[in-house]
This record gives sequence, C-alpha cells and structure tokens, in this order.
Amino acid sequence: MKNIVIVLAGALFGAGIAISGMANPAKVQNFLDLFGVWDPSLAFVMGAALIVATPAYFFVFKAGKPKFAERFHLPERKDIDRKLVAGAVLFGMGWGLSGLCPAPALVAILSGIGHFVVFALAMLAGMILQRQFMSR
Amino acid sequence: MVEATTFTPYISAFGGALIGLSAVLLMWSVGRIAGISGIVAGAALEHGEERNWRLLFLLGLFIGAGATAALSGALNDIQPLVSTPVLVTAGVLVGVGTSMGSGCTSGHGVCGISRFSWRSIVATCLFMLSGFVTVFVMRHVLGEGL
Repeated sequence: MKNIVIVLAGALFGAGIAISGMANPAKVQNFLDLFGVWDPSLAFVMGAALIVATPAYFFVFKAGKPKFAERFHLPERKDIDRKLVAGAVLFGMGWGLSGLCPAPALVAILSGIGHFVVFALAMLAGMILQRQFMSR
Repeated sequence: MVEATTFTPYISAFGGALIGLSAVLLMWSVGRIAGISGIVAGAALEHGEERNWRLLFLLGLFIGAGATAALSGALNDIQPLVSTPVLVTAGVLVGVGTSMGSGCTSGHGVCGISRFSWRSIVATCLFMLSGFVTVFVMRHVLGEGL
C-alpha cells in the first residue's frame, strides 16, 4: 500500500509537470523573460500548487505523524548560509540558460530528444560532484 | 529565434494543483518532501530504504508524465533552446546549484514555502531573480549570440 501511494504521488507530479506546459523549455524561459515575450503561465503553476499544499500541509502536520512512517523528514536548518545563497543563484543561472529545472528535465527526456538526456546527465553529474566533493 | 508562447493560465494552474496534491500525498503518507533535486540525487547516492522510496517516486513520475504526454501531446513539439555546450553547462549549474542550495523549484518553491520555511522563501526569491537576470542578459544584452 505504502509503495503504491508513493508511485501515485510521483505519477501526479509527472502528470502535473506535463500538463502544465512546464516540460517545454521555451515556456519556462519566456516566464523568466520579464522584459521580452513574457509568459506568466509558470506563476499559475506555482500559485495553484501553493494554494493546494499550504492548507493541506497544515492538516497533515497537525496529525503528528505520517500514515506509513514514524516521523516527518523535514530539514532542521533555519539559518540563511552562504551555500543556500550561492546554490540558489547558480541554479537560477542554469535554469535561465536552459529553461529546465530538475523535474521538467526528467520529463523532457520522454520526448526522445537526445539533447535532453545530455542535460539530465550533466545535471546528475553536477549533483554527484557537489555531494561527493564540495559538501564540506 | 525567440518566439512567444501561449499564455495558459487554466491548464497551468490545473497542472500546478496536481503538483501540490502530489506534495501533500507524499508528506501525508511517508513524511517526505517532494523535492525533485533531492529525490534524484538521493536515488543515485543513497542506499536501502532511503533509495527505494525515491526510485518509486521517480518511476511514478515517468509513468504519470508519459501517460499525460501520450494523451495530450504535451511533449510533441518541445525542443532544446541552446547549443549542446551551453546545455551541458546549464545542466551542471542546475545540478551543483540545487545540491548546494538544498532544493529546487519543487522542494523550495512548493514544499518549502507551503510550510513557511524561511530558507525556502529566500532560496526561491534568489533563484527566480537569478533566472530573470540570466535570461535578461542572454536575450537583451548578448542577443542571439548563444
């Protein structure tokens, strides 16, 4: 049951990315082009996700523990450190250049276009590089 | 060539609601944050139970996206926007950046803001600002050079 729910959550996420248009890099890059051919669609994706998740999270946390686990796994850090800032800035640069963030990057692979596989592998390499060699 | 894309408020909001629902379902069931950068990195580097739930989530993500794309044609005319060297550079930046900054659009932008995490609010503002500046420089300063 637990595993089915996890797969279902993933499927909802994938469907959401695909249907929202966010797997189209042109749409994402146009969202970031405030002074050009601005397409505000992505703001509606995030807005709707927040409208659903914010009140629902409140009730989920109020229950005290998850249905199939002992506890909620939440980050404990509260401070704004240099890594958070630098990481967000670097991510934004890559996002702007390509029009791809992690979830759409995975979904775009399904188009069968090899360039998107290359992007996803570069992204994965970046993650592994950072975690293995830059994490201290 | 920079081309305008169609503004799709309803279908985009519907997709966003599904993403929100996914985040809620994952937190309700196994107490985990639906942050794709962390899920991908963890699926590659963790072991045992820590890896398993992430692989299951990614399996679902591909199934859900694949089925939706097959029905809607959502992936029919997407294309990479930049040359392969730029694409690789961008991929490494996204990978290093999300790992260093502990999250991406989903983990910080959706899950973090929904639980009023100050770190996520700051990170989201910063990566958006960085994205705006990057696209501005790319399209309006450098022109079509990339």
